Amino acid sequence: MKAALALLRRDIMLAWREGGAIGVALGFYLVVVAIMPLGLGPDLNLLSRIAPGVLWVALLLAALLAADRIFHNDYEDGALDVLMTGPLPLPLVAATKSLAHWLTTGVPLALLAPVLGLLLNLPLAASPWLVLAMLAGTPAVSFIAAIGASLTLGLRRSGLLLALLVLPLYVPVLIFGVATVSAATTGPGSPWPPFLMLCALSLASIVLAPFAAALALRTALR
Amino acid sequence: MISLANPTRFLSLVERLVPWLTGATLILLAAGLYLAFFVAPPDYQQGETVRIMFVHVPAAWLAMFGYALIALSALGTLIWRHPLADVAAKAAAPIGATFTFIALVTGSLWGKPMWGAYWVWDARLTSMLVLFLLYLGLIALWQAIEEPGRAGRAAAILALVGAVNLPIIKFSVDWWNTLHQPASVLRAGGPTIDPSLLTPLFVMAVAFALLFVLLHLMAMRAEILRRRVRALQQTQVAHAALAEA
Repeated sequence: MKAALALLRRDIMLAWREGGAIGVALGFYLVVVAIMPLGLGPDLNLLSRIAPGVLWVALLLAALLAADRIFHNDYEDGALDVLMTGPLPLPLVAATKSLAHWLTTGVPLALLAPVLGLLLNLPLAASPWLVLAMLAGTPAVSFIAAIGASLTLGLRRSGLLLALLVLPLYVPVLIFGVATVSAATTGPGSPWPPFLMLCALSLASIVLAPFAAALALRTALR
Repeated sequence: MISLANPTRFLSLVERLVPWLTGATLILLAAGLYLAFFVAPPDYQQGETVRIMFVHVPAAWLAMFGYALIALSALGTLIWRHPLADVAAKAAAPIGATFTFIALVTGSLWGKPMWGAYWVWDARLTSMLVLFLLYLGLIALWQAIEEPGRAGRAAAILALVGAVNLPIIKFSVDWWNTLHQPASVLRAGGPTIDPSLLTPLFVMAVAFALLFVLLHLMAMRAEILRRRVRALQQTQVAHAALAEA
């Protein structure tokens, strides 16, 4: 347990000190959300209707950009080999790294979302549900991204391939995430049912994805 | 299954099967198409456009069957390490993707006269599109990794992760309010389609299934031979390097 916490602290500190990593993801999120109205026109009614979808899609893309980072740096300098032969079971290593990714990418993106929602005329009253939905959905995003990252470890153009592999798996998260925020802004219906489905998806990914990621890591490093 | 693990024995079996399968497929396809276009009556509501069903539904069934086959082969690769399991998976992916594409396109052409739109984002269509994207992801992963062993295992993991989509496709018309027709054949209580339309549908389904198996066996044969060529090339290069050194 102490080893897992040490690994978590190490990954968070590396991401924090790398500085650029968290900042780039947030910057990408801002840029994508900012150019949407430039492409779609300034009609505030239209923007407020599509705001949940735009915010969620941009979040998925920003999280995917940073997904490469989960295993790549450790693969490059050999730390992954040390981790594989170390005391921690490989699924726990994968889970810890996914958790670090969530804490350094998913949570900042989720907290930034209401501010960007202002660009899209999302009513401020919906912000609590927006942040809650994203905090509930981003663990699934990070843990599934880890599967993609481990499958494409060391390949050329792995960033694009990772996006192609992982985005179809994100469809349920996207559907329920947008449903939660839409229900909170305009209704009809309560945002609780899709929100609970989102929580279920995250919990299922937290439990199952590390095993798939560990298997893929072993395959990549055979 | 175990006896077929030997590629040479598998290849000789394929050589014996292919002529018979080709003949059976052609006969059944001809019979099915004749039944579909000349014998089956027009629908009381949809008229002649119902005949698209005889291509659309078997293609959709085979699309899901293809992915199930890949998922089973994935288990064979990861759990039993069957030597030909990853060959089967790699061969099935493009064929399954094509059947999915045919299902999507014929469904779209059917949707325009029936629903007034080429595409709607209802649960069944969306999950079939996701199936198509999963197929494309599998093919992309196969292409991206050079070493066949690692590629096979990576694709197997991806196939199993995506297999959760199959029950979603099947039950999407029950779980959500969809525009797409609810289950009319494989459902509790038996099929709700009249036998005059059901029989051509089943004949076309069997014909498509035989076509899938035929194309799959031929693709597996091609992949086995491709790997042998690759191994020979590597041996050649290794010998040349040794001779030089």
